[in-house]
Amino acid sequence: MLEITGIHAGYGQMAVLRGIDMRIGPGEIVALLGSNGVGKTTLNNVISGFIVPSAGEVRFDGERLTGRRPREIVAMGIAQVPEGRKVFPNLTVAENLELGAFRRAGARKRQNFDRICAIFPRLSERLEQLAGTLSGGEQQMLAIGRGLMSEPRLLILDEPSLGLSPLLVEEMFALVTRINAEGVAVLLVEQNVMQSLGVAGRAYVLEQGQLVMQGTAAEMLADPKLRQAYLGL
Amino acid sequence: MSSLILPAVLNGLTMGAVYALIALGLTLIYGVLHIINFAHGSLLMLGLYAAYFLFSYLGIDPYLAIIFVVPAFFVLGYLLQRVVIAPMSAGSEQNVLLVTLALSLVIDNLALFFWTSNTRTVDIPYAWDTVEVLGAYLTKGRVIAFFAALLVAGLMWLFMTRTRTGSAIRAVAIEKRGAEIVGIDVNHTYALTFGIGTACVALAACLLLPTFYATPQVGYTFVLVAFTTVVMGGMGSLPGALVAGLALGVIEALGGLFLGESLGQIGIFVAFILTLLFRPAGLLGRKPT
Ligand SMILES: Nc1ncnc2c1ncn2[C@@H]1O[C@H](COP(=O)(O)OP(=O)(O)OP(=O)(O)O)[C@@H](O)[C@H]1O
Ligand SMILES: [Mg+2]
Repeated sequence: MLEITGIHAGYGQMAVLRGIDMRIGPGEIVALLGSNGVGKTTLNNVISGFIVPSAGEVRFDGERLTGRRPREIVAMGIAQVPEGRKVFPNLTVAENLELGAFRRAGARKRQNFDRICAIFPRLSERLEQLAGTLSGGEQQMLAIGRGLMSEPRLLILDEPSLGLSPLLVEEMFALVTRINAEGVAVLLVEQNVMQSLGVAGRAYVLEQGQLVMQGTAAEMLADPKLRQAYLGL
Repeated sequence: MSSLILPAVLNGLTMGAVYALIALGLTLIYGVLHIINFAHGSLLMLGLYAAYFLFSYLGIDPYLAIIFVVPAFFVLGYLLQRVVIAPMSAGSEQNVLLVTLALSLVIDNLALFFWTSNTRTVDIPYAWDTVEVLGAYLTKGRVIAFFAALLVAGLMWLFMTRTRTGSAIRAVAIEKRGAEIVGIDVNHTYALTFGIGTACVALAACLLLPTFYATPQVGYTFVLVAFTTVVMGGMGSLPGALVAGLALGVIEALGGLFLGESLGQIGIFVAFILTLLFRPAGLLGRKPT
């Protein structure tokens, strides 16, 4: 469904991604692992159209995404839940969710709204609260709910567990499985290696702008290099 | 003396509603684009001339001219932002200041060149009729302006809070990246906002002309008060602009009553300084976080 080939990208003179090849099939959960500053968010932003790569291309269902604007990419069915959430603090929870359907699935806004309220009871209790006054965990839920409002076919989650309490982290990963069970492919960018591999089917490890490992979650868990580098085992 | 106070207050309210309308456009543009539009007064002046020429050449009543001038100015504002301000400022906020300042100089001087500094007025006798309100006699044109300005402020409030585009504008105002992530076209939204702000000022112009005049410098008369209104109401706050505009109209009228007509505006600036001293974020402004 998503095919990334030979992506090079960076900021000004600085190269961050140096030849990334990656694919995500329909209905998959793919984990993208890697420590701080290796370029995970940069790759997300290449996919979403915020960064134009210097080489390589991204295709979605065979259509070229590279060079398209973020809003066109949203319209095609890729939603990003960005690092730092980026919810609208001056808008209510309900308004935030509604704007999630700004570019796509506007006709089914009502149904999706109800569906998301059912997934996130905590949000549905706070529909009239300003998003800026939500707790960090609630804001994360809202960002995910907002992403789901566009009925994405691929949902990109950039470190969704960041800053959440262990209990909420559990809940977050369960949620990813649940969203995926409805047929949404998920690109899960995480530093939480164990739990990510618990829900993902396949995973890639990014190090200094290159994918250094890839395979099924089971293979990765068994890989002594990964265990050593990321789990300290 | 006390018999003069009520009429002064009512008169002040009618003028204040026009200040509010002008400030509404300014504060909207500030709140969303984070730029201070120095060309706002010049656009008001253009609006006054537009209504004036429609009247003098085509005989169109300024109140009727609203249906032509306001949409035309919406488009003008949209294009100004999209074609002139955004490309020329290259994303830097200091540049935007210079661009809008330059725009205002160019517009004002072109107006002076083509239209001379003669004072233009339209002759619409019924606008000068008086209406009795609570025992005070008010000019009909001013009363019309008052209600029209309040109506538009209310409609704008509904638009901003109840429509999809309104939500998008509020979203872009504070979380640009988040807005792009949900697929909002930020540049279009900026231009739309500038267009709406310009439409407000054009409406104010049509409402003003029957009881006012047009000169190339007429914008300055209002823009200073409008800036005061915006700051006093809380930068970017629409209800704040409404409240502050009405308050300043009343303060000016009372200042005029007690200090003499020509000193009325002193009251405005005293009120402004007091606001800054005691409520630096403005009457309805949020403290910077
Ligand atoms: N806008 C930018 N301008 C310049 N350099 C940037 C910019 N954004 C990111 N970088 C740099 O690019 C590199 C990769 O950043 P990126 O955000 O993609 O990392 P990441 O893998 O998402 O890290 P983290 O896990 O900490 O979020 C970093 O060295 C970062 O400093
Ligand atoms: Mg990151």
